[in-house]
Amino acid sequence: MKEFLEGSRAIAEVVKLCKPGVISAYPITPQTHIVEELASMVANGELSAQFVNVESEHSAASVVLGAQATGVRTFTATSSQGLFYMMEVLFNIAGMRLPLVLTCANRAISAPINIWNDQQDSISLRDSGWIQLYAENIQESADLHLIAYRLSEDKSIMLPTMVCMDGFILTHGMEAVDMPKQEEVDKFLPPYKPLYKLDTAEPLSMGLLADPDYYMETRFAIQETFKSLLKAIPQVNAEFKGVFGRDYGDGLVEEYYTKDAQKVIVAMGSVCGTIKEVVDAQRAKGKKVGLLKVISYRPFPYARVYDILKDVPRVAVLDKAVSLGAYAPLAVEVKAAFSGKQKAPRVVSSFVAGLGGRDITLESIKEIFLKLTQKEASLEFIDLKPELLTEEYGQ
Amino acid sequence: MFGPLIVKPAKSKGSKTGSWRVKLRPEFLKKNCIGCKLCISVCPEACIQGKDKETIKINYEYCKGCGLCSVICPKSDILMLEEESKGDKK
Amino acid sequence: MDNKILFKPGHTACAGCAQSLAARLVIEAAGSNTIIANNTGCLEVFSTKFPDSAWNVPWIHSLFENCAAVASGIEAALIYLGKKDATNVIAQAGDGGTADIGLQALSGMLERGHDILYICYDNEAYMNTGVQRSGLTPFYTNTTTSPISARFPGNLRPKKPMPEIANAHGIPYVATASAGFPQDIQRKVKKALSIKGPKYMQIHVPCPLGWRHESGQTLAVAKLAVETGLYPLIEYENGKLSGARKFAQLKPVEEYLKAQGRFKHLLGDPESIKQIQAIADNNILKYNLKAEAQKSD
Repeated sequence: MKEFLEGSRAIAEVVKLCKPGVISAYPITPQTHIVEELASMVANGELSAQFVNVESEHSAASVVLGAQATGVRTFTATSSQGLFYMMEVLFNIAGMRLPLVLTCANRAISAPINIWNDQQDSISLRDSGWIQLYAENIQESADLHLIAYRLSEDKSIMLPTMVCMDGFILTHGMEAVDMPKQEEVDKFLPPYKPLYKLDTAEPLSMGLLADPDYYMETRFAIQETFKSLLKAIPQVNAEFKGVFGRDYGDGLVEEYYTKDAQKVIVAMGSVCGTIKEVVDAQRAKGKKVGLLKVISYRPFPYARVYDILKDVPRVAVLDKAVSLGAYAPLAVEVKAAFSGKQKAPRVVSSFVAGLGGRDITLESIKEIFLKLTQKEASLEFIDLKPELLTEEYGQ
Repeated sequence: MFGPLIVKPAKSKGSKTGSWRVKLRPEFLKKNCIGCKLCISVCPEACIQGKDKETIKINYEYCKGCGLCSVICPKSDILMLEEESKGDKK
Repeated sequence: MDNKILFKPGHTACAGCAQSLAARLVIEAAGSNTIIANNTGCLEVFSTKFPDSAWNVPWIHSLFENCAAVASGIEAALIYLGKKDATNVIAQAGDGGTADIGLQALSGMLERGHDILYICYDNEAYMNTGVQRSGLTPFYTNTTTSPISARFPGNLRPKKPMPEIANAHGIPYVATASAGFPQDIQRKVKKALSIKGPKYMQIHVPCPLGWRHESGQTLAVAKLAVETGLYPLIEYENGKLSGARKFAQLKPVEEYLKAQGRFKHLLGDPESIKQIQAIADNNILKYNLKAEAQKSD
């Protein structure tokens, strides 16, 4: 049954259906609505969980780490600076193979302080050992939480998942959402059974010091698990379709008119909705354009990206984040997909847009398609205001 | 799965820290021992065990020779002897 | 007390390490129905180097500063599982992990009212990284980051008053203890665990390496700190000072200082010793550490 819901409300509802035992979070815009909703569900008895109000994101992540290690399903959410403040705990959680789920309401990083959307926060944590899934709309945001718990808790995976949804655009936007039923969720997501836990009946130590004799294998093991996720994500998405009826393809990427396309934009998150609109309009005019939406940024599906784009002459990669001093983060991965391969697009241009909440309009997307000419753009900022760049400090 | 580095107590053997003793080792004379068990209570290694003066025993595989037992003994019944001197290391 | 050995031999603490002794006394007093969250530091490194662990109770280490928050999560999970009443939760850390980098997480844990015993093993510097100054390093201590010179007599600040800071959170139990008084440690751990809510204990644990004394002198040095009034053994219950170990005759601080290399530079300097004596005298007054003359004497 479809309900007209705010994105944050939809996330809270779906998290409730996943029955976490411990929730901990610290306020940061634009994540707050999610945990406010969950706090009120706990307060009015709808959700039987312990809600721990902490003094920082560092402690929020630490609380869910401790609770998950004790054998309980947990949830936390954050954004931007909060995610960065959690950073060392997040690496720790992945290294300890604790399968928890976090919502990142994507927001720009300070300075200058800016509460609006881009994806710099989660992108900057790409090396943390967390599975990263990016949502296009509220429905997908909600569904990715179900997939996240299911994937993370799989005994052969045991890695945490970060569900990334664009701040404000998705967290505060309203949409008709098909909310799953409890029976469906219970069917898809069995109760959490930890592989190991802190239990006085069977003592064990976790979080040990590993010297050079042991450390490297822990990293290798995670890398191997990410490889296996390229198979596990499609499997879980197939099961998801079976239970809930919604189809996200293989769950790694979504193809939108890519088969015969001459020009394809690769992007992640809510901007894909805007791109689809432009693709529809241009297709109506007979132009062969398309979109490749990347859902799973970690693991990155290089083989899928290669297969889909190898015969496309011109590809544009749209990043909502930068890697200052280097190529843009998504563009780097897309280009790497063709490294050492037989085929490749003639042009893989890189565009950065929407930083700090600057609107990416239909015009912005049209401009990107127009700019996809013979000449490759190694890294171009879209919708810059050149007049601002002439201003100088101290004047 | 390799990675979480979980250790169950039964699996942990620990380091044989007895090899750290370079100068001195405690020798329980058992002449004046009154079985107060202070030596047991202050051993940082938990390597002195026993129920009474007859059974109190030191495990030299782990004893680092810190000398706390010798200092605390109210009857001066534990001596710190040169490693090379008489008495087996066991 | 359990028959099981809860803290096993074979850990790699230095010979004569009081922290390893205190940690063993704490877990033996707490018993096997205990889960421990441990900050990064000497204790974590010497007791849990893969593939070994000295702990025969459930034990977790996450980071340097978050054991109070990790323990909060453990406690919340135990409540959710209906197991809290049968399980003790201990968070433990060194002085740097408590008074400096971990203070925020500790304050949050105390303020939120979790049923957790927090233990600070206070060896008065960052020993694991090579004896750097912490917020609990005493006045005029020679450490590697408060070195002595012609211009500086060592650390220029007194110890941060952690027991008072913990007590100010309105928690039911705060205590200090010392490796020099092993039974007192165990009595206080048992008392703390019999009280519901957040508890804070700070145990003075000499470090032969960092304090520069013979390994066999660990307990003697610890005792002197208490007997001079420099490390008063006190208890607060529900905010009020409820106990202090008293002495008929308190010793001059010089006896404590001269037992350790870290204060050696002060020995020819009566003015500095006077300033440290003033700290002890202040403690003696504040906590009333001087025993009344016994009538039976």
